[in-house]
Amino acid sequence: MEKFTVHTGRAVPLRYSNVDTDQIIPAVYLKRVSRSGFEDGLFAAWRANDPDFVLNRPEYAGGTVLIAGPDFGTGSSREHAVWALQDYGFKAVLASRFADIFRGNSLKGGLLTVILPQEVIERLWAAVEADPATEVTVDLVAREVRAPGVTEPFELDDYTRWRLMEGLDDIGLTLRHTDEIAAFEERRKPWLPVTQ
Amino acid sequence: MARTMAEKVWEEHVVRRAEGEPDLLYIDLHLVHEVTSPQAFEGLRLAGRPVRRPDLTIATEDHNVPTENILLPIADPVSRTQIETLRKNASDFGVRLHPMGDIDQGIVHVVGPQLGLTQPGMTIVCGDSHTSTHGAFGALAFGIGTSQVEHVLATQTLPMTPFKTMAVTVNGTLKPGVTSKDIILAVIAKIGTGGGQGYVIEYRGEAIRSLSMEARMTVCNMSIEAGARAGMIAPDETTFDYIKGRPHAPTGADWDAAVAHWKSLRSDPDAVFDAEVVLDADELSPFVTWGTNPGQGVPLDAAVPAPEDFADPNERAAAEKALAYMGLEAGTPMRDVRIDTVFLGSCTNGRIEDLRAAAEIIKGRKVAEGVRMLVVPGSMRVKEQAAQEGLAEVFTAAGAEWREAGCSMCLGMNPDQLKPGERSASTSNRNFEGRQGKGGRTHLVSPLVAAATAVRGTLSSPADL
Ligand code: SF4
Repeated sequence: MEKFTVHTGRAVPLRYSNVDTDQIIPAVYLKRVSRSGFEDGLFAAWRANDPDFVLNRPEYAGGTVLIAGPDFGTGSSREHAVWALQDYGFKAVLASRFADIFRGNSLKGGLLTVILPQEVIERLWAAVEADPATEVTVDLVAREVRAPGVTEPFELDDYTRWRLMEGLDDIGLTLRHTDEIAAFEERRKPWLPVTQ
Repeated sequence: MARTMAEKVWEEHVVRRAEGEPDLLYIDLHLVHEVTSPQAFEGLRLAGRPVRRPDLTIATEDHNVPTENILLPIADPVSRTQIETLRKNASDFGVRLHPMGDIDQGIVHVVGPQLGLTQPGMTIVCGDSHTSTHGAFGALAFGIGTSQVEHVLATQTLPMTPFKTMAVTVNGTLKPGVTSKDIILAVIAKIGTGGGQGYVIEYRGEAIRSLSMEARMTVCNMSIEAGARAGMIAPDETTFDYIKGRPHAPTGADWDAAVAHWKSLRSDPDAVFDAEVVLDADELSPFVTWGTNPGQGVPLDAAVPAPEDFADPNERAAAEKALAYMGLEAGTPMRDVRIDTVFLGSCTNGRIEDLRAAAEIIKGRKVAEGVRMLVVPGSMRVKEQAAQEGLAEVFTAAGAEWREAGCSMCLGMNPDQLKPGERSASTSNRNFEGRQGKGGRTHLVSPLVAAATAVRGTLSSPADL
């Protein structure tokens, strides 16, 4: 997992609320066996059917910060939704509310989801739509989002912040305790079965 | 302090406990199959991590495999890719795999117990919700998601927060023709599909004690259908007799030490559960589902309920929707419901005892005109044993199709599917919309009801023959 400290990039305004994981990545993409390359599935239906959809507009190409409407990520718990956003190039998603499971998955996977007041989201939308070249900074060290005319603090618990700043996924965290795991293995009952 | 069995097994597996963090739990056995493992292995590859304990890991091919012509290439490209990927991953990471055609291939939850890998007091995980099956041995066994599969592969542990505990006590004695499938369907109808949420259920009481090991697996298998993470039954002589002599069972002095330990796992007499449910086995009769979740069930003697029968507005709306999907009229006796397909198999009821019970009913009879019956053994060993006992012949003589091992029509990921509007009596565990094929309608039943239904063409019990 990449370390996240301060990220500055162009933003993509997604003026929809209640975007569920089926819309983020439709079920047909779940049949794959790979862990990367899910960018083509991101918002696949909207990108295919709506020429005006924000990701189809050249002025927003290369955006790395998604600014979404409330209740982003509802629906099925698929981790692919996080992978698709990351594979497409997004480093952070800003919204006023996220679905719990999606938020959990995103913070585990290193995609920073930031909760901001809806009024701030509206201001960011307006700024980015007025000038798509506007850069937004997501500063995890200071727990602050900055853009021209916007300086807004956000909350994230110390533990998650530390984990993201160190680039530690759950496995990385557990592997810090390898000694304890090895010691436990020494204590296991001798008759427990092995497969090989 | 008095503790439940689930708490004892949990405590024995805590590698690390720290304030404000989940417990880090050691995993004794990790079962792997082709659908939920590919991204986990790729995650390891991307991070350059090995499988920590290939010797506590075993893989089999089950969800996708065809149950006919298994020597031909798999026609469906998605299934083929998943199978090929599992084979490559198993070989790259040194994991033991039982591929199609192998004598130990089969549904992951049938294979583990059969090999003697499932033992009391173990923690067992698999990227499949019906991992709860293994709890029948007094193991703490639960399903996990793909990122957790990767976590277990890399570390042989999982960070977990403790479950709550629920006791489901089934008193009394089952009447003839009533099975463990009927017990669990009745439990789910009673507590609802969300009733077990957040709990490990411990099944206890006289009726549970008197069940065979395989019948106990059927009960624990469907714990997840009540919303529970796991189901457990205290190990006893039935458990020990089943394990003894299996390929991976302890032997000699190890056996005696193991049994002594296993006996200590039972819940203390004064252990307190977070919730308790009591059922009377004497009052149970064959149970069937009428709706689109496993909690929408009634005794076979009853009629299709009307939405108005439900006081809760959500349940009423669910019933209305289910009846429309199932194409059923309220008030129709369940016995009058015509069936197109009978599916005997799955990790719920695809074991040798299930096949024996159904064969006994089918023997000397014919599958009704216009009904298709699929018999899919849960594993290749079950298939072989059934052939040796003459059961295969009984089924084929009756006009049923005798297949190779796999999940098959339990979830219709392979070609074994219902067509839109087709209706099945199925010994599997989920009657969700489209589970057995798009537009297919599923009635969950026991193997005995499945067999009698095949003969009569309408939902029936052996007593109706
Ligand atoms: S038989 Fe059905 S429930 Fe069991 S593992 Fe296979 S698909 Fe899942």
